[in-house]
Amino acid sequence: MQLSYIIRRAVYSLFFLFLLATVTFFLMHAVPGGPFSGGEKPLPREIVERLMRYYHLDRPVWRQFLEYLWNIVRGDLGPSYTQRGRTVNEIIKDHLPVSAQLGAVAFLVAVFLGIPMGIIAAVKFNTFIDYFCMLIAVAGISIPAMALGPLLIYIFGVKLRVLPVAQWGTWKHMVLPAFTLGIGSSAMIARLTRASMLQVIRADFIRTARAKGLPESSIILRHALRNALIPVVTVLGPLFGALVTGTLVVEQIFCIPGLGRFFVYSITDRDYPVIMGVTLLYGAVIIIMNFVVDASYALLDPRITYD
Amino acid sequence: MIRNKIIRRVLRNKRVVIAGSVVLFLVIIAMLAPHIAPYPYDKVDFGHIYQPPSKEYPFGTDYLGRDIFSRIIYGARVSLVVAFAGAAISFLIGTLWGMTAGYFKGTVDTLLMRIVDFLYAFPSMLFIILLMVVFKGGVMQISTTAFIRAINAIDNAMGGLLFIMIGIGAVSWVGIARLTRGLTLSISSEQYIEAARAIGNSPVRIILRHVFPNLFGPCVVYVTLQIPGYILTESFLSFIGLGVIPPTPSWGGMIAEGCRVLLVYPHAALFPAAALALTMIAFTFLGDGLRDVLDVSL
Repeated sequence: MQLSYIIRRAVYSLFFLFLLATVTFFLMHAVPGGPFSGGEKPLPREIVERLMRYYHLDRPVWRQFLEYLWNIVRGDLGPSYTQRGRTVNEIIKDHLPVSAQLGAVAFLVAVFLGIPMGIIAAVKFNTFIDYFCMLIAVAGISIPAMALGPLLIYIFGVKLRVLPVAQWGTWKHMVLPAFTLGIGSSAMIARLTRASMLQVIRADFIRTARAKGLPESSIILRHALRNALIPVVTVLGPLFGALVTGTLVVEQIFCIPGLGRFFVYSITDRDYPVIMGVTLLYGAVIIIMNFVVDASYALLDPRITYD
Repeated sequence: MIRNKIIRRVLRNKRVVIAGSVVLFLVIIAMLAPHIAPYPYDKVDFGHIYQPPSKEYPFGTDYLGRDIFSRIIYGARVSLVVAFAGAAISFLIGTLWGMTAGYFKGTVDTLLMRIVDFLYAFPSMLFIILLMVVFKGGVMQISTTAFIRAINAIDNAMGGLLFIMIGIGAVSWVGIARLTRGLTLSISSEQYIEAARAIGNSPVRIILRHVFPNLFGPCVVYVTLQIPGYILTESFLSFIGLGVIPPTPSWGGMIAEGCRVLLVYPHAALFPAAALALTMIAFTFLGDGLRDVLDVSL
């Protein structure tokens, strides 16, 4: 039962990836005249023709599409139009690790800030501490990274001068960007953890644990939290999506040489293969993460059955 | 009677009142922008670039010597237009789509909801980025079709807002369509719907007169909760250079410009950032408060 559900979800995910590739391909080819015809100084006609032939843009669209699909299956995203001699694959290989690092640290920030905050708010339900935590959570959700980033740089980099404000390398460089990126997600997790803890705390088995005379810390951490975390797993999918698009902004603000920053450049430069390739990569990451989250959700809670 | 009660309950909630006042304040500022702003938003003054905040320039000036205070005031227009237009578009498409699917059930339902499922699984931010790349990337500029040229002209006249609204509208109605469908399914199994059907009302009339009023509340709350997302999307697009067309001021675009000189002239990024954060908090509180007051569980 579970297995068939997971297989079906995997097939769906593959289908979505195919649709995503189709959409990106046809949007890319919606640009009339190809990528070499615009610009302030038009290229000579012979050169454009040669370029079109070189990049196989003179073939019928359906053949280009099949070639494109085949290349994707082989993991080849094509050449960059503006960065001469560099392929999209090389660009991704050079810049993705930095973004992945940033995303991973931000994810840890989100989880290890959000879950404790949610637990504390739930345990101190309806007290000042609860209100305070939730106020911070609402602020965290509603203040976007592009507003938080400059503020953090100003406070910690310009006024206090304790942390570097840009570049990438040591752990010190990671602190500000990771917090900027992770705080919004941590607020989301905190709210959800609190709501789900409040529900679990009222359950019968918690009363039993109390009646047995277990210490409060063990009741909260071992009995309540374990059950309360299951709904929290569901937001991890959308959270990954938010982190991926968040890197575009955060890397720009902190001058981090990651894929997100490069992606924004390629948008400004109208470098279509890079835009489409990176979009495809991001989409694939989000779709795969959604699938993993859904599958793990089914495995985590044996009460839930899919058919 | 009932309406008065709801209004009184809304007004008793401090959060809603405060957040609502801030939103109202922003709306007034946006509407009266030409009268409040001390300078035009696009007045370039190379003699006064990157001025720090002073009496003359309350929030300082940017890299072209434009008054940041005035640009923030005009920027409120962009954010609020996107907020309300986004809400209106997604409400309209979403409720119609969801009610049609939920009321007619069967094949219609399956067909409509498959499309929704697909869009729901599609990463919406990426979809908008792709759409904007196509919209802004010269396709429209060199098209020979009269219709596209006209749309492009309107977009240019609106400072790029039309395409942003189309982009947001294209992806944001999906959630509300799902919500509406679920509500419609439960509403249309009520007896009064059966009675309305029995006396020979047409489906259109039943949907508009009986189904729609009953799902209006939850849908309004849902859309209000989405508004910060629309504002963020616009700022995000302008931040990465796919949003408004310069010199139209957008808070996201101003933050991007200011970030380049953050260490030397922090005012250029901090004031628009504060404006954006304040607006997002106000709308978030408004949505949260309305949800609590109207007791909608979403």
